[in-house]
Amino acid sequence: MAPGLEPILELRGVQKFFEGRQVLKDINLLVAPGETLVIIGGSGCGKSTLLRTVIGEHAPDAGHVYLWGEDACCASARALDRLRRRFGILFQSGALYSSMTVGENVALPLREHTDLDERIIQMVVKMKLELVGLRDFEDLMPAQISGGMRKRVGLARAIALDPEILFYDEPTAGLDPIATSVIDQLVIDLRNKLGVTSVVVTHDMKSAFRIADRVAMLYNGEFIAVGPPRDFLDCRDPRVRQFVEGLADGPIPLRVSKTDYLADLLGFPPAQT
Amino acid sequence: MSGAPFTRLLERVGSQGEGLLAYFGGLGYLTLDMLRHLAVGLVVRPRIKADETFFQMVRLGVRAVPIIGLVQLFVGMTLSFTLAPVLEDYGQLDQLATVIAKAVFPQLGPLIASIVLTGFAGAAIAAELGTMVVGEEVAALRTSAIHPIRFLVVPRVIACVLMTLALTVLANVVGTVGGGVVAVGILDIDPWQYYHTAVDALLVKDVLTGLIKAAIFGYLIVVVSCYEGLEVSGGAGGVGRATTSSVVRSIFLIIAANCVFTALFYFFW
Repeated sequence: MAPGLEPILELRGVQKFFEGRQVLKDINLLVAPGETLVIIGGSGCGKSTLLRTVIGEHAPDAGHVYLWGEDACCASARALDRLRRRFGILFQSGALYSSMTVGENVALPLREHTDLDERIIQMVVKMKLELVGLRDFEDLMPAQISGGMRKRVGLARAIALDPEILFYDEPTAGLDPIATSVIDQLVIDLRNKLGVTSVVVTHDMKSAFRIADRVAMLYNGEFIAVGPPRDFLDCRDPRVRQFVEGLADGPIPLRVSKTDYLADLLGFPPAQT
Repeated sequence: MSGAPFTRLLERVGSQGEGLLAYFGGLGYLTLDMLRHLAVGLVVRPRIKADETFFQMVRLGVRAVPIIGLVQLFVGMTLSFTLAPVLEDYGQLDQLATVIAKAVFPQLGPLIASIVLTGFAGAAIAAELGTMVVGEEVAALRTSAIHPIRFLVVPRVIACVLMTLALTVLANVVGTVGGGVVAVGILDIDPWQYYHTAVDALLVKDVLTGLIKAAIFGYLIVVVSCYEGLEVSGGAGGVGRATTSSVVRSIFLIIAANCVFTALFYFFW
């Protein structure tokens, strides 16, 4: 990070447990304004948990999350709401409100948090939908559009209030290559033209290297490598190499089950060794 | 878990008791939260969603009108058939309207209307909110600084309480008319006499206690179903379980509350 630049997001010693299992182990992270940080990692490595901790969906069991220098973990409900108005989130499924049309979904944050005139709101809705290429779909219900389109509407909704920082949970999973490029280009444009900071959780390597200023790889609840994409490609850590190159063989096991396969299959008690 | 049977029994009772306490604590917490948002929405910053509330009233209540009407008609008729022989024995058949009105207005009207409404509104609310939780819609609301209690619960509470009141008025009238149908058609009681007897018999207290109870039942339906819906976990199965348990628990609470409030009104009014 350039000296003198206040980080927009900072994680200090964040830990999270679920039912006694440690999902996040001492996570430390700084995100500078205008930066696009991509967090990569296999399924179940704690990526989504990390994202949910950052957005205040659940509190960390230890450590702190600072947004614009303010401790989000200890903030009052009102202070947290004030912070939340400054960021946007794209959920993995899009998380559109199923009882509202596409247009109403995008308009909701504007109606709730601004005093804008209805005509202006309609105009903003059209502009945001145009950015994701879905301007003509305003009057459809979420159930009437495809999963990929729902995700794009979710993005239009996330940027409705022109947030300063955007969180993306798997923005391109399940999208066709063209829609993926559209989303990637949008992330890049938001950074270049409006200086929006982005934190993207993904396992789409192509997309990650296209948009990232910095890539961080999460493995077993901790960052094992953080750096610019170019450094990542040269990284010698076999776990990073395996993930980046998408190899079946390597230090990261495909199977995560810990019990003895034969004993489990045949119902024997675990073999004594 | 091991130990003597008595210890095991104690453990089970303890854990059930703890669950029950947590459940009622959750309902109480939701009530407080809802009241706070309602007060803020009404007084500090007037932003109760009128259109959403109206939409919920139509969705939850209006569809229940025909079925509540029919059920109450049958209940009234059954009452007439049941009570007529007893009253005839005492030579008091002309007081049939009194007994029916006294049974329907404070008791059967609010009770039947809210139990039927539990099937409509309670199940619908629990299923809808549960699906929204599973689909991350509630998380999306919360993280966009839109409080789910204000946005989702408050309009449903207003709608459900108002509709329970309205449907109770309907159930009261239709139930008494149902009794009258049998009285006039089969027992040869003069319709005007039936009407006047019923009106003379009814006290303000009968009508008011019925309506107070209806408002409480309406609130029980909506608070239980909202709580069950918002607490859903575990996908489609969780939504199903929430729907069922919201109906079962609402009906149980309505009948229990009816007993408590009837006793209170008996002693203190």
